[in-house]
Amino acid sequence: MSFPWAAQYTPKNSFMKWMDERLPLPRLVYNSVGAGYPVPRNLNYFWNFGVLAGVALVIQIVTGIVLAMHFSADTGVAFASVEHIMRDVNSGWLMRYLHANGASFFFIVVYIHIFRGLYYGSYKPPREMVWLLGLVIFLLMMATAFMGYVLPWGQMSFWAAQVITGLFEAIPLIGNPLKQWLLGGFAPDNATLTRFYSLHYLLPFVIAGVVILHIWSLHLPGSSNPTGIDVKGPQDTIPFHPYYTAKDGWTVGVFLIALSILVFFAPNFLGHPDNYIEANPLSTPAHIVPEWYFWPFYAVLRAFTVDFILPAKLWGVIAMFGSIIILL
Amino acid sequence: MATVQDTQTPAGDTPSEDGVRRRDFLNIAAVSVAGVGAGVTLLPLLNQMNPSADVLALSSIEVDLSAIEPGQAIKTIWRKQPLFVRNLTPAEIQQANAVPLGDLRDPQTLAERTVEGHENWLITLAVCTHLGCVPLGAAQGENRGEFGGYFCPCHGSHYDTAARIRKGPAPTNLEVPEYEFTSDTTVTIG
Repeated sequence: MSFPWAAQYTPKNSFMKWMDERLPLPRLVYNSVGAGYPVPRNLNYFWNFGVLAGVALVIQIVTGIVLAMHFSADTGVAFASVEHIMRDVNSGWLMRYLHANGASFFFIVVYIHIFRGLYYGSYKPPREMVWLLGLVIFLLMMATAFMGYVLPWGQMSFWAAQVITGLFEAIPLIGNPLKQWLLGGFAPDNATLTRFYSLHYLLPFVIAGVVILHIWSLHLPGSSNPTGIDVKGPQDTIPFHPYYTAKDGWTVGVFLIALSILVFFAPNFLGHPDNYIEANPLSTPAHIVPEWYFWPFYAVLRAFTVDFILPAKLWGVIAMFGSIIILL
Repeated sequence: MATVQDTQTPAGDTPSEDGVRRRDFLNIAAVSVAGVGAGVTLLPLLNQMNPSADVLALSSIEVDLSAIEPGQAIKTIWRKQPLFVRNLTPAEIQQANAVPLGDLRDPQTLAERTVEGHENWLITLAVCTHLGCVPLGAAQGENRGEFGGYFCPCHGSHYDTAARIRKGPAPTNLEVPEYEFTSDTTVTIG
Protein backbone atom coordinates (compact mmCIF):
# COMPACT_ATOMS: atom_id res chain seq x y z
CA MET A 1 0.00 0.00 0.00
CA SER A 2 2.51 2.53 1.11
CA PHE A 3 5.90 1.55 -0.31
CA PRO A 4 6.87 0.17 -3.70
CA TRP A 5 8.74 -2.68 -2.02
CA ALA A 6 5.72 -3.83 0.02
CA ALA A 7 4.98 -7.54 -0.29
CA GLN A 8 2.11 -8.24 -2.72
CA TYR A 9 -0.94 -10.21 -1.69
CA THR A 10 -1.44 -13.43 -3.62
CA PRO A 11 -4.45 -15.64 -2.84
CA LYS A 12 -3.27 -19.03 -1.63
CA ASN A 13 -6.05 -21.19 -3.05
CA SER A 14 -8.95 -21.02 -5.49
CA PHE A 15 -11.46 -20.02 -2.80
CA MET A 16 -9.31 -17.09 -1.67
CA LYS A 17 -8.85 -16.13 -5.32
CA TRP A 18 -12.64 -16.22 -5.81
CA MET A 19 -13.04 -14.13 -2.66
CA ASP A 20 -10.32 -11.67 -3.70
CA GLU A 21 -12.15 -10.89 -6.94
CA ARG A 22 -15.47 -10.28 -5.16
CA LEU A 23 -14.68 -8.89 -1.71
CA PRO A 24 -10.95 -8.28 -1.27
CA LEU A 25 -11.17 -8.15 2.51
CA PRO A 26 -8.23 -10.54 3.06
CA ARG A 27 -6.17 -8.29 0.75
CA LEU A 28 -7.15 -5.24 2.82
CA VAL A 29 -6.10 -6.96 6.04
CA TYR A 30 -2.85 -8.15 4.44
CA ASN A 31 -2.03 -4.65 3.21
CA SER A 32 -2.97 -2.90 6.48
CA VAL A 33 -1.80 -5.11 9.32
CA GLY A 34 -0.26 -8.04 7.48
CA ALA A 35 3.01 -8.73 5.74
CA GLY A 36 2.04 -6.22 3.00
CA TYR A 37 2.49 -3.17 5.22
CA PRO A 38 6.14 -2.19 5.71
CA VAL A 39 6.85 -0.39 8.98
CA PRO A 40 10.05 1.42 10.01
CA ARG A 41 12.22 -1.06 11.86
CA ASN A 42 13.41 1.40 14.49
CA LEU A 43 10.11 2.20 16.24
CA ASN A 44 10.25 2.40 20.02
CA TYR A 45 7.46 1.56 22.46
CA PHE A 46 5.82 4.98 21.96
CA TRP A 47 4.57 3.66 18.62
CA ASN A 48 2.46 0.99 20.35
CA PHE A 49 -0.09 3.38 21.81
CA GLY A 50 -2.19 3.77 18.67
CA VAL A 51 -3.05 0.09 18.74
CA LEU A 52 -3.69 0.33 22.49
CA ALA A 53 -6.12 3.21 21.90
CA GLY A 54 -7.90 1.04 19.35
CA VAL A 55 -8.14 -1.80 21.88
CA ALA A 56 -9.47 0.65 24.49
CA LEU A 57 -12.15 1.85 22.05
CA VAL A 58 -13.24 -1.74 21.39
CA ILE A 59 -13.43 -2.46 25.15
CA GLN A 60 -15.54 0.67 25.66
CA ILE A 61 -17.93 -0.21 22.83
CA VAL A 62 -18.35 -3.86 23.92
CA THR A 63 -18.88 -3.11 27.62
CA GLY A 64 -20.99 -0.08 26.70
CA ILE A 65 -23.38 -2.13 24.57
CA VAL A 66 -23.74 -4.54 27.50
CA LEU A 67 -24.43 -1.71 29.96
CA ALA A 68 -27.00 -0.19 27.60
CA MET A 69 -28.99 -3.45 27.87
CA HIS A 70 -29.50 -2.85 31.60
CA PHE A 71 -29.43 0.93 31.99
CA SER A 72 -32.57 3.10 31.97
CA ALA A 73 -32.18 6.71 30.85
CA ASP A 74 -34.79 8.37 33.05
CA THR A 75 -34.01 10.65 35.96
CA GLY A 76 -36.44 8.66 38.12
CA VAL A 77 -34.66 5.34 37.68
CA ALA A 78 -31.23 6.00 36.11
CA PHE A 79 -29.35 6.00 39.42
CA ALA A 80 -31.21 2.89 40.61
CA SER A 81 -30.60 1.13 37.31
CA VAL A 82 -26.86 1.65 37.73
CA GLU A 83 -27.08 0.08 41.20
CA HIS A 84 -29.14 -2.69 39.59
CA ILE A 85 -26.23 -3.26 37.20
CA MET A 86 -23.80 -3.33 40.14
CA ARG A 87 -25.80 -5.69 42.36
CA ASP A 88 -28.24 -7.76 40.30
CA VAL A 89 -26.99 -8.17 36.74
CA ASN A 90 -24.68 -11.14 36.28
CA SER A 91 -21.13 -9.71 36.09
CA GLY A 92 -22.70 -6.25 35.81
CA TRP A 93 -20.15 -4.85 38.28
CA LEU A 94 -17.39 -6.12 36.02
CA MET A 95 -18.90 -4.50 32.94
CA ARG A 96 -19.38 -1.16 34.68
CA TYR A 97 -15.95 -1.08 36.30
CA LEU A 98 -14.36 -2.07 32.98
CA HIS A 99 -16.27 0.73 31.25
CA ALA A 100 -15.44 3.39 33.87
CA ASN A 101 -11.77 2.45 34.24
CA GLY A 102 -11.55 1.67 30.53
CA ALA A 103 -12.39 5.33 29.88
CA SER A 104 -9.47 6.40 32.06
CA PHE A 105 -7.13 3.97 30.31
CA PHE A 106 -8.37 5.20 26.94
CA PHE A 107 -7.32 8.73 27.92
CA ILE A 108 -3.99 7.53 29.35
CA VAL A 109 -2.99 5.81 26.11
CA VAL A 110 -4.38 8.60 23.94
CA TYR A 111 -2.46 11.25 25.91
CA ILE A 112 0.74 9.24 25.46
CA HIS A 113 -0.14 8.79 21.77
CA ILE A 114 -0.58 12.57 21.38
CA PHE A 115 2.65 13.21 23.27
CA ARG A 116 4.45 10.84 20.90
CA GLY A 117 3.06 12.79 17.93
CA LEU A 118 4.22 16.11 19.38
CA TYR A 119 7.61 14.95 20.62
CA TYR A 120 8.67 13.06 17.49
CA GLY A 121 6.99 15.45 15.02
CA SER A 122 4.55 12.89 13.67
CA TYR A 123 2.19 15.77 12.82
CA LYS A 124 4.60 17.17 10.21
CA PRO A 125 4.15 16.73 6.44
CA PRO A 126 3.15 14.41 4.93
CA ARG A 127 1.10 13.36 7.98
CA GLU A 128 -0.86 16.57 8.77
CA MET A 129 -4.19 14.92 8.03
CA VAL A 130 -3.38 12.08 10.44
CA TRP A 131 -2.83 14.67 13.16
CA LEU A 132 -5.98 16.68 12.34
CA LEU A 133 -8.16 13.58 12.33
CA GLY A 134 -6.53 12.61 15.62
CA LEU A 135 -7.63 15.91 17.14
CA VAL A 136 -11.16 15.31 15.89
CA ILE A 137 -11.08 11.93 17.64
CA PHE A 138 -9.79 13.60 20.82
CA LEU A 139 -12.62 16.17 20.83
CA LEU A 140 -15.21 13.46 20.20
CA MET A 141 -13.69 11.41 23.03
CA MET A 142 -13.98 14.30 25.46
CA ALA A 143 -17.62 14.89 24.52
CA THR A 144 -18.40 11.19 24.80
CA ALA A 145 -16.62 10.81 28.15
CA PHE A 146 -18.41 13.84 29.60
CA MET A 147 -21.85 12.68 28.48
CA GLY A 148 -21.17 9.16 29.74
CA TYR A 149 -20.21 10.56 33.14
CA VAL A 150 -23.64 12.22 33.38
CA LEU A 151 -25.59 9.00 32.78
CA PRO A 152 -25.39 7.42 36.30
CA TRP A 153 -27.20 10.55 37.52
CA GLY A 154 -25.20 10.79 40.74
CA GLN A 155 -24.18 14.04 42.37
CA MET A 156 -20.99 14.39 40.34
CA SER A 157 -22.90 13.52 37.16
CA PHE A 158 -25.51 16.17 37.73
CA TRP A 159 -23.06 18.91 38.67
CA ALA A 160 -20.76 18.02 35.79
CA ALA A 161 -23.71 18.56 33.45
CA GLN A 162 -24.52 21.84 35.19
CA VAL A 163 -20.94 23.15 35.13
CA ILE A 164 -19.94 22.04 31.63
CA THR A 165 -23.07 23.40 29.98
CA GLY A 166 -22.49 26.54 32.08
CA LEU A 167 -19.29 27.06 30.07
CA PHE A 168 -21.35 27.87 27.02
CA GLU A 169 -23.21 30.53 28.96
CA ALA A 170 -20.02 32.62 28.95
CA ILE A 171 -20.36 33.19 25.20
CA PRO A 172 -21.77 36.71 24.69
CA LEU A 173 -25.35 37.12 23.40
CA ILE A 174 -26.10 33.52 22.43
CA GLY A 175 -24.69 31.97 25.62
CA ASN A 176 -27.86 31.58 27.60
CA PRO A 177 -30.11 30.32 24.74
CA LEU A 178 -27.30 27.95 23.74
CA LYS A 179 -27.08 26.50 27.25
CA GLN A 180 -30.85 26.01 27.37
CA TRP A 181 -30.74 24.36 23.96
CA LEU A 182 -28.02 21.96 25.10
CA LEU A 183 -29.86 21.06 28.30
CA GLY A 184 -33.39 21.08 26.90
CA GLY A 185 -34.42 23.18 29.90
CA PHE A 186 -33.17 25.65 32.46
CA ALA A 187 -31.16 23.08 34.38
CA PRO A 188 -30.09 19.46 33.81
CA ASP A 189 -33.15 17.21 33.86
CA ASN A 190 -34.74 14.30 32.03
CA ALA A 191 -34.37 15.90 28.60
CA THR A 192 -30.64 16.33 29.28
CA LEU A 193 -30.21 12.74 30.43
CA THR A 194 -32.01 11.16 27.47
CA ARG A 195 -30.17 13.24 24.83
CA PHE A 196 -26.81 12.59 26.48
CA TYR A 197 -27.60 8.87 26.49
CA SER A 198 -28.50 8.92 22.80
CA LEU A 199 -25.34 10.82 21.86
CA HIS A 200 -23.15 8.78 24.22
CA TYR A 201 -24.25 5.70 22.28
CA LEU A 202 -23.80 7.36 18.88
CA LEU A 203 -20.45 9.13 19.22
CA PRO A 204 -18.24 6.05 19.82
CA PHE A 205 -19.28 4.78 16.39
CA VAL A 206 -18.47 8.17 14.90
CA ILE A 207 -15.08 7.86 16.64
CA ALA A 208 -14.64 4.41 15.13
CA GLY A 209 -15.36 5.91 11.70
CA VAL A 210 -12.85 8.71 12.14
CA VAL A 211 -10.33 6.14 13.43
CA ILE A 212 -10.65 4.34 10.08
CA LEU A 213 -9.90 7.63 8.26
CA HIS A 214 -7.01 8.29 10.69
CA ILE A 215 -5.44 4.90 9.88
CA TRP A 216 -6.15 5.27 6.18
CA SER A 217 -4.35 8.59 5.99
CA LEU A 218 -1.50 7.15 8.07
CA HIS A 219 -1.02 4.15 5.81
CA LEU A 220 -0.39 6.27 2.70
CA PRO A 221 2.91 7.77 3.92
CA GLY A 222 3.43 5.00 6.49
CA SER A 223 4.51 5.42 10.09
CA SER A 224 7.00 8.06 11.19
CA ASN A 225 9.96 6.92 13.25
CA PRO A 226 12.07 8.21 16.15
CA THR A 227 14.88 9.58 13.94
CA GLY A 228 12.54 11.98 12.14
CA ILE A 229 14.05 10.91 8.79
CA ASP A 230 11.66 9.03 6.56
CA VAL A 231 12.51 5.51 5.45
CA LYS A 232 14.38 5.27 2.17
CA GLY A 233 14.16 1.64 1.15
CA PRO A 234 13.43 -1.94 2.10
CA GLN A 235 16.49 -2.03 4.38
CA ASP A 236 14.71 0.46 6.68
CA THR A 237 11.46 -1.42 7.13
CA ILE A 238 10.11 -4.74 8.35
CA PRO A 239 6.65 -6.15 7.62
CA PHE A 240 3.88 -5.34 10.13
CA HIS A 241 3.16 -9.02 10.53
CA PRO A 242 4.71 -10.84 12.32
CA TYR A 243 7.03 -8.20 13.76
CA TYR A 244 4.64 -5.50 14.93
CA THR A 245 1.69 -7.80 15.54
CA ALA A 246 3.92 -9.60 18.04
CA LYS A 247 5.16 -6.36 19.60
CA ASP A 248 1.61 -4.95 19.79
CA GLY A 249 0.36 -8.23 21.21
CA TRP A 250 2.85 -7.92 24.02
CA THR A 251 1.87 -4.35 24.91
CA VAL A 252 -1.84 -5.20 24.66
CA GLY A 253 -1.12 -7.88 27.28
CA VAL A 254 0.58 -5.35 29.54
CA PHE A 255 -2.29 -2.91 29.00
CA LEU A 256 -4.91 -5.53 29.91
CA ILE A 257 -2.97 -6.54 33.03
CA ALA A 258 -2.79 -2.90 34.18
CA LEU A 259 -6.50 -2.41 33.48
CA SER A 260 -7.33 -5.64 35.33
CA ILE A 261 -5.33 -4.57 38.39
CA LEU A 262 -7.39 -1.41 38.63
CA VAL A 263 -10.73 -3.08 37.83
CA PHE A 264 -10.30 -5.95 40.26
CA PHE A 265 -8.34 -4.36 43.11
CA ALA A 266 -9.11 -0.62 43.08
CA PRO A 267 -12.14 -0.11 40.83
CA ASN A 268 -13.15 3.20 42.43
CA PHE A 269 -9.62 4.58 42.78
CA LEU A 270 -10.11 7.04 39.91
CA GLY A 271 -13.75 7.72 40.69
CA HIS A 272 -15.39 10.03 43.18
CA PRO A 273 -17.49 8.70 46.11
CA ASP A 274 -20.00 11.53 45.75
CA ASN A 275 -21.22 9.96 42.54
CA TYR A 276 -22.74 7.17 44.65
CA ILE A 277 -25.16 9.81 46.00
CA GLU A 278 -28.16 10.38 43.78
CA ALA A 279 -28.34 13.71 41.93
CA ASN A 280 -29.71 16.51 44.10
CA PRO A 281 -30.35 19.81 42.29
CA LEU A 282 -30.51 21.63 45.63
CA SER A 283 -27.03 20.79 46.91
CA THR A 284 -23.65 20.97 45.19
CA PRO A 285 -20.99 18.58 46.55
CA ALA A 286 -18.39 20.40 48.66
CA HIS A 287 -15.47 19.12 46.61
CA ILE A 288 -16.29 19.20 42.94
CA VAL A 289 -13.67 18.11 40.41
CA PRO A 290 -13.84 16.50 37.00
CA GLU A 291 -12.36 13.09 36.24
CA TRP A 292 -8.56 13.19 36.21
CA TYR A 293 -8.32 13.33 32.42
CA PHE A 294 -10.01 16.73 32.39
CA TRP A 295 -7.90 18.25 35.19
CA PRO A 296 -5.64 20.31 32.89
CA PHE A 297 -8.66 21.94 31.25
CA TYR A 298 -10.29 22.47 34.62
CA ALA A 299 -7.14 24.20 35.87
CA VAL A 300 -7.07 26.52 32.85
CA LEU A 301 -10.72 27.30 33.38
CA ARG A 302 -10.18 28.33 36.99
CA ALA A 303 -7.03 30.32 36.32
CA PHE A 304 -8.76 33.52 35.24
CA THR A 305 -10.12 35.47 38.18
CA VAL A 306 -9.99 39.13 37.07
CA ASP A 307 -12.25 40.84 34.54
CA PHE A 308 -9.91 42.28 31.88
CA ILE A 309 -11.86 43.85 28.98
CA LEU A 310 -13.88 40.62 28.88
CA PRO A 311 -15.38 38.93 31.94
CA ALA A 312 -13.09 36.48 33.78
CA LYS A 313 -15.55 33.65 33.11
CA LEU A 314 -15.27 34.19 29.35
CA TRP A 315 -11.45 34.35 29.52
CA GLY A 316 -11.41 30.98 31.25
CA VAL A 317 -13.60 29.41 28.59
CA ILE A 318 -11.59 30.99 25.76
CA ALA A 319 -8.33 29.80 27.27
CA MET A 320 -9.65 26.30 27.83
CA PHE A 321 -10.88 25.85 24.28
CA GLY A 322 -7.74 27.66 23.09
CA SER A 323 -5.58 25.04 24.80
CA ILE A 324 -7.12 22.44 22.49
CA ILE A 325 -7.31 24.63 19.38
CA ILE A 326 -3.60 25.49 19.67
CA LEU A 327 -2.85 21.83 18.90
CA LEU A 328 -4.17 22.47 15.41
CA MET B 1 21.92 -4.82 15.43
CA ALA B 2 21.21 -7.62 13.01
CA THR B 3 19.10 -6.90 9.95
CA VAL B 4 16.37 -9.18 8.69
CA GLN B 5 18.38 -10.14 5.66
CA ASP B 6 21.40 -11.11 7.74
CA THR B 7 22.55 -14.68 7.53
CA GLN B 8 22.99 -14.68 11.29
CA THR B 9 19.71 -15.88 12.76
CA PRO B 10 18.84 -15.39 16.43
CA ALA B 11 19.21 -18.49 18.59
CA GLY B 12 15.44 -18.99 18.78
CA ASP B 13 15.13 -19.11 15.01
CA THR B 14 17.64 -21.94 14.52
CA PRO B 15 15.74 -25.13 13.75
CA SER B 16 16.76 -28.17 15.78
CA GLU B 17 17.25 -31.54 14.13
CA ASP B 18 13.51 -32.23 13.90
CA GLY B 19 12.83 -28.83 12.28
CA VAL B 20 11.16 -27.31 15.38
CA ARG B 21 12.34 -23.87 16.47
CA ARG B 22 12.24 -22.54 20.01
CA ARG B 23 10.24 -19.61 18.59
CA ASP B 24 7.51 -22.04 17.50
CA PHE B 25 6.99 -23.01 21.12
CA LEU B 26 6.81 -19.35 22.18
CA ASN B 27 4.33 -18.57 19.40
CA ILE B 28 2.03 -21.46 20.24
CA ALA B 29 2.22 -20.74 23.99
CA ALA B 30 1.49 -17.02 23.58
CA VAL B 31 -1.37 -17.47 21.14
CA SER B 32 -2.86 -20.25 23.32
CA VAL B 33 -2.83 -18.05 26.43
CA ALA B 34 -4.44 -15.21 24.48
CA GLY B 35 -7.04 -17.58 23.04
CA VAL B 36 -7.98 -19.03 26.43
CA GLY B 37 -8.11 -15.50 27.87
CA ALA B 38 -10.43 -14.33 25.10
CA GLY B 39 -12.63 -17.39 25.62
CA VAL B 40 -12.89 -16.85 29.36
CA THR B 41 -13.71 -13.16 28.77
CA LEU B 42 -16.67 -14.26 26.66
CA LEU B 43 -18.31 -15.99 29.66
CA PRO B 44 -19.31 -12.85 31.63
CA LEU B 45 -20.22 -11.11 28.35
CA LEU B 46 -22.73 -13.88 27.61
CA ASN B 47 -23.78 -14.54 31.22
CA GLN B 48 -24.88 -10.93 31.72
CA MET B 49 -27.92 -11.69 29.55
CA ASN B 50 -29.13 -14.45 31.90
CA PRO B 51 -31.88 -13.55 34.43
CA SER B 52 -30.48 -11.09 36.97
CA ALA B 53 -30.68 -11.50 40.74
CA ASP B 54 -33.75 -9.28 41.11
CA VAL B 55 -35.61 -11.36 38.53
CA LEU B 56 -34.67 -14.62 40.24
CA ALA B 57 -35.66 -13.19 43.64
CA LEU B 58 -39.26 -12.91 42.44
CA SER B 59 -39.43 -16.44 41.10
CA SER B 60 -41.73 -17.90 43.79
CA ILE B 61 -45.16 -16.65 44.89
CA GLU B 62 -47.76 -17.53 47.51
CA VAL B 63 -51.40 -17.99 46.50
CA ASP B 64 -54.38 -17.86 48.88
CA LEU B 65 -56.87 -20.55 47.84
CA SER B 66 -59.60 -19.86 50.43
CA ALA B 67 -61.82 -17.83 48.08
CA ILE B 68 -61.85 -20.32 45.19
CA GLU B 69 -65.04 -22.43 45.23
CA PRO B 70 -65.20 -25.87 43.54
CA GLY B 71 -65.67 -25.35 39.80
CA GLN B 72 -63.97 -21.97 39.88
CA ALA B 73 -60.53 -21.05 38.59
CA ILE B 74 -58.33 -17.99 38.97
CA LYS B 75 -55.59 -16.59 36.80
CA THR B 76 -52.53 -15.22 38.55
CA ILE B 77 -48.99 -14.32 37.53
CA TRP B 78 -45.94 -16.44 38.25
CA ARG B 79 -42.53 -15.60 36.81
CA LYS B 80 -44.19 -13.01 34.57
CA GLN B 81 -46.41 -15.69 33.05
CA PRO B 82 -50.10 -16.39 33.60
CA LEU B 83 -50.94 -19.28 35.88
CA PHE B 84 -54.25 -21.19 36.26
CA VAL B 85 -55.32 -22.33 39.73
CA ARG B 86 -58.50 -24.46 39.47
CA ASN B 87 -60.61 -26.04 42.19
CA LEU B 88 -61.92 -29.17 40.43
CA THR B 89 -65.45 -30.46 41.13
CA PRO B 90 -65.86 -34.20 41.96
CA ALA B 91 -67.46 -34.60 38.51
CA GLU B 92 -64.43 -33.10 36.78
CA ILE B 93 -62.09 -35.34 38.79
CA GLN B 94 -64.16 -38.35 37.82
CA GLN B 95 -64.18 -37.28 34.17
CA ALA B 96 -60.38 -36.92 34.17
CA ASN B 97 -59.83 -40.28 35.86
CA ALA B 98 -62.17 -42.04 33.42
CA VAL B 99 -59.91 -41.37 30.42
CA PRO B 100 -57.72 -44.36 29.45
CA LEU B 101 -54.05 -43.29 29.39
CA GLY B 102 -53.65 -44.86 25.97
CA ASP B 103 -55.93 -42.21 24.47
CA LEU B 104 -53.61 -39.39 25.55
CA ARG B 105 -50.92 -37.68 23.50
CA ASP B 106 -48.92 -36.96 26.66
CA PRO B 107 -50.01 -39.74 29.05
CA GLN B 108 -50.31 -38.57 32.68
CA THR B 109 -52.90 -39.31 35.35
CA LEU B 110 -54.63 -36.56 37.28
CA ALA B 111 -52.89 -37.87 40.42
CA GLU B 112 -49.53 -37.26 38.77
CA ARG B 113 -50.56 -33.70 38.00
CA THR B 114 -51.75 -32.84 41.51
CA VAL B 115 -50.46 -33.19 45.07
CA GLU B 116 -51.57 -36.07 47.29
CA GLY B 117 -54.36 -34.97 49.61
CA HIS B 118 -55.15 -31.96 47.43
CA GLU B 119 -56.28 -33.72 44.24
CA ASN B 120 -58.95 -31.09 43.62
CA TRP B 121 -56.33 -28.34 43.12
CA LEU B 122 -55.12 -28.26 39.54
CA ILE B 123 -52.32 -25.73 39.19
CA THR B 124 -50.88 -25.26 35.70
CA LEU B 125 -49.15 -22.63 33.62
CA ALA B 126 -51.66 -20.77 31.46
CA VAL B 127 -49.29 -21.02 28.52
CA CYS B 128 -50.38 -23.19 25.62
CA THR B 129 -47.61 -25.70 24.87
CA HIS B 130 -48.11 -25.10 21.16
CA LEU B 131 -46.91 -21.52 20.72
CA GLY B 132 -47.50 -19.80 24.02
CA CYS B 133 -50.96 -18.19 23.89
CA VAL B 134 -53.14 -18.03 27.01
CA PRO B 135 -55.91 -20.67 26.74
CA LEU B 136 -59.51 -19.75 27.60
CA GLY B 137 -61.56 -21.47 30.29
CA ALA B 138 -60.56 -19.93 33.60
CA ALA B 139 -63.21 -17.22 33.75
CA GLN B 140 -66.93 -17.90 33.93
CA GLY B 141 -68.54 -18.29 30.51
CA GLU B 142 -65.35 -18.75 28.53
CA ASN B 143 -65.06 -21.51 25.95
CA ARG B 144 -63.63 -24.57 27.73
CA GLY B 145 -63.23 -26.65 24.59
CA GLU B 146 -64.62 -30.06 23.69
CA PHE B 147 -63.18 -31.74 26.79
CA GLY B 148 -64.35 -29.28 29.43
CA GLY B 149 -60.93 -27.98 30.44
CA TYR B 150 -59.18 -25.24 28.54
CA PHE B 151 -59.30 -24.13 24.92
CA CYS B 152 -56.58 -22.19 23.17
CA PRO B 153 -58.08 -19.70 20.69
CA CYS B 154 -54.88 -19.18 18.71
CA HIS B 155 -54.65 -22.55 16.95
CA GLY B 156 -57.46 -24.59 18.53
CA SER B 157 -55.83 -26.82 21.15
CA HIS B 158 -58.32 -28.52 23.48
CA TYR B 159 -57.30 -29.47 27.02
CA ASP B 160 -59.36 -31.71 29.31
CA THR B 161 -60.33 -31.26 32.97
CA ALA B 162 -56.82 -32.31 34.03
CA ALA B 163 -55.40 -29.72 31.54
CA ARG B 164 -54.06 -32.52 29.34
CA ILE B 165 -53.83 -32.01 25.60
CA ARG B 166 -56.60 -33.93 23.81
CA LYS B 167 -57.03 -32.32 20.41
CA GLY B 168 -55.22 -29.72 18.34
CA PRO B 169 -51.56 -28.94 17.59
CA ALA B 170 -50.14 -28.58 21.13
CA PRO B 171 -47.55 -31.31 21.82
CA THR B 172 -47.78 -31.66 25.62
CA ASN B 173 -50.10 -31.08 28.58
CA LEU B 174 -50.21 -27.66 30.25
CA GLU B 175 -47.12 -27.53 32.43
CA VAL B 176 -47.51 -28.14 36.15
CA PRO B 177 -45.08 -25.95 38.12
CA GLU B 178 -43.28 -27.05 41.25
CA TYR B 179 -45.41 -26.13 44.28
CA GLU B 180 -46.22 -27.17 47.83
CA PHE B 181 -49.08 -26.56 50.23
CA THR B 182 -47.94 -24.54 53.25
CA SER B 183 -51.44 -24.86 54.80
CA ASP B 184 -54.82 -26.11 53.63
CA THR B 185 -55.56 -22.81 51.93
CA THR B 186 -52.14 -21.46 50.91
CA VAL B 187 -49.77 -22.80 48.32
CA THR B 188 -46.23 -21.68 47.51
CA ILE B 189 -45.49 -21.89 43.80
CA GLY B 190 -41.92 -22.06 42.49
